[in-house]
Amino acid sequence: MAVQHFYAQTEIDGIMMDKKYFCTGAIYEYSSWDKYWEGNFRRENLNLGTVSTQKIAINGNYGITNNLNVIFSIPYIATNASAGTLQGKKGIQDLSLTLKYMFFEKKLNHNSLSFYALGGLSTPVNNYVADYLPLSIGLQSKTASLRLMSDYQFGNLFATVSSAYIKRSNIKIDRNTYYTDQMHYTNEVDMPDAISFNARAGYRTKRLIAEAIFDTWTTQEGGFDITTNNMPFPSNTMNMTKIGFNGKYNLKSISGLSIITGFNHVISGRNVGQSNAFYGGLFYIMNFKTKVKPSQESKI
Amino acid sequence: MKNYLYKLYTICLLLSLTIFTISCNDDIEERNEQYPQLNPANTDANAGTWTPLLLTSPNEFSIDAPLATTTPAYFRELNEIKSYQANITSEQKRIINYWSAGGVLRWNEIMQTLVARHNRPPYQSPDGTYPIPSAANPFANPQFPFSNPPFAARAYAYVSAAQYDAMVATWHYKELYNRDAPFVVDTTLQVLIPRSPLPSYPSEDGALAGVTVEILKLLFPTEISYIQEKAEEQKLYRIISGANVRSDIEAGVSLGRKIAAKFISKAATDGAGAAVGNQTLWTQLETNAVANGETPWRSLDTPPRPPMLPLFGNVKSFLMTPADVISNRPVAPPSTNSPQFLEELNEVKYYSENVTRERMKIIGFWADGVGTYTPPGHWNQIANEAFVTQSFSEVRWARNMALLNIAMMDAAISCWDAKYYYFNPRPSQANSSIKTSTGVPNFPAYVSGHSTFSGAAAKYLSHVIPSRTQEFQSMAVEASESRLFGAIHYRSDCEKGMSLGQTVANFAITRATNDGAE
Repeated sequence: MAVQHFYAQTEIDGIMMDKKYFCTGAIYEYSSWDKYWEGNFRRENLNLGTVSTQKIAINGNYGITNNLNVIFSIPYIATNASAGTLQGKKGIQDLSLTLKYMFFEKKLNHNSLSFYALGGLSTPVNNYVADYLPLSIGLQSKTASLRLMSDYQFGNLFATVSSAYIKRSNIKIDRNTYYTDQMHYTNEVDMPDAISFNARAGYRTKRLIAEAIFDTWTTQEGGFDITTNNMPFPSNTMNMTKIGFNGKYNLKSISGLSIITGFNHVISGRNVGQSNAFYGGLFYIMNFKTKVKPSQESKI
Repeated sequence: MKNYLYKLYTICLLLSLTIFTISCNDDIEERNEQYPQLNPANTDANAGTWTPLLLTSPNEFSIDAPLATTTPAYFRELNEIKSYQANITSEQKRIINYWSAGGVLRWNEIMQTLVARHNRPPYQSPDGTYPIPSAANPFANPQFPFSNPPFAARAYAYVSAAQYDAMVATWHYKELYNRDAPFVVDTTLQVLIPRSPLPSYPSEDGALAGVTVEILKLLFPTEISYIQEKAEEQKLYRIISGANVRSDIEAGVSLGRKIAAKFISKAATDGAGAAVGNQTLWTQLETNAVANGETPWRSLDTPPRPPMLPLFGNVKSFLMTPADVISNRPVAPPSTNSPQFLEELNEVKYYSENVTRERMKIIGFWADGVGTYTPPGHWNQIANEAFVTQSFSEVRWARNMALLNIAMMDAAISCWDAKYYYFNPRPSQANSSIKTSTGVPNFPAYVSGHSTFSGAAAKYLSHVIPSRTQEFQSMAVEASESRLFGAIHYRSDCEKGMSLGQTVANFAITRATNDGAE
């Protein structure tokens, strides 16, 4: 029901930190759903009511070189169900680290074309309960991902398209026997891999970014559907298609400080909640090189 | 510089992906794939004299005398084995490997699968009522059965009890007809599993397939094709492995079917079909509790769901009589108006607000809720894994599973009797601020089903394997406490449930000491 926190919204973009600049900040997100898909059957569950997730993620992006950035993100998550008796869970979820490499860039007048490779790893930082869906804060799986991305800027307009394959490790749950579509006499759960696709386009200047986002998450072979009135399970097939809006504004008054905000909505899914998410955050760029004005120096 | 970093990056990335690919090798070794081939330490050659559970005697149902091993027809049966062995496929080897761990064991695992697959409460109708699964129309929505814990306890008991009687009868006829196994008749024959010194007519695997298929057809009517497929595998495994000729199998199947019919007649009249009750009864339970000055149980589901199987306490068991159930009924729980009730409620509230990771693990490990094999299934799994180390013969394995599952069926009956006699509310009903760490079952609190099942199972298993008494007992205590930790039961529910379970197990233990097997 809860897709793993994977890339923060800001990572899958055609923006690089310049060498020795460090951008850090926090994003608060509220997402909730009162309808979900049990397999392909869209339903409500009056014993859960509205299931909400609040998330505060601390993010950072450091420019190792102008073309190579290292990005981290670590979220704190709290879940809640508005009806029924089930208790929500809260805690720090998974640390993700991403190396983002711009391996090609071609500028021509006001246009530019660039290509990127993003290699990501994520790992749970504590032993939170995964087998407590839909209220567990995550799935406990370690992931390794490879994303390829292209970005095209045409004057003040841009488009970015990317796709990633996410390899997920088996997880261990507290039960030593469980049923998926067959019995398993082990505490290990085989987690299906996933493919992520992301497309975003809109207006982008050094001051302001306003973009529409289309995003899909597709579980690969090995998952299975939630059966009628059953509980979800970490290795369920969890597919979703989201649309959303993202905005970023670099303040004039405080150089280096930016505000981000956005929302997204799940338009279709399988074994996931039909969530609406709203988020907002603050980022600040620090310069570890010399005392020059930040933000102006970094690309965009 | 740029080139260097690019290389570094690529190497890091490839390395990390490689490490991940290796470390998250998706092949998971499951415990039940590693069981050894069954090679009983003691063949229990005299088990034909053990007391059956329902049969009046081991020879209540007859089978034809076997063909002599010197006849041409028997010779052709040996040729069938050889023809299979000459062209054995990897799939056939897999079947041999799977079934040779033991027929009682594998059928029990299949049962666990069926219970887990069907253990889902019906989805509500648009008008907010709930449709009731119907054995007469099993493919309708919701499918029959909803294999909740009482249904499952009874299902495991019927299958195990019928298997036991079939094994006693099989052992009786093995001794009576004394037909040699094919590999004794033809010493050149390959045998792919450990050789049993017992006569092979009728085949115990044939009898197990025959009896189990018929009872499972009754209990899980939508699964007949799946069940038949398993039975065909089991029969084939005996022939290909050289342990039985086809007529051994067929005699076993025929015997098993006849014995199943007797259990099916009992099942038709044991009262389980009426356990759902009706609106009049559901209202009456509430009225009675109010008349006694108590807060009546009500469903915490939305929309409210009728209580689960309120008349299951009237189901007729194999060992306990209805009078036994009543005379062993737990004392009344603390009145919902009493200070002790409030004290216990506060204790639940404490656990609700102080969920540690360790307690969460215990809650999850024992939850055995919707979509699982239920608590009786959990104890079947524990028993299987314990029995694998004991190298029991099929007949002794069947006998121990039968008494274990009858004890748990008695636990279900006695527990459900108490639940609906007292009709006590769940903690979250008494105090709506109590949040739970597992689903609240849709039936009254007192006494805890998990505690009763676990008390009964641990006590009986300790009788079978006394050296593990301490271990079984602490598992039962943990299962029981998991319900308090999960904030869905009061301490009284757990403690009184546990002792009820132990009392109930004594009926099975008394029988065990008198059935001729010890």
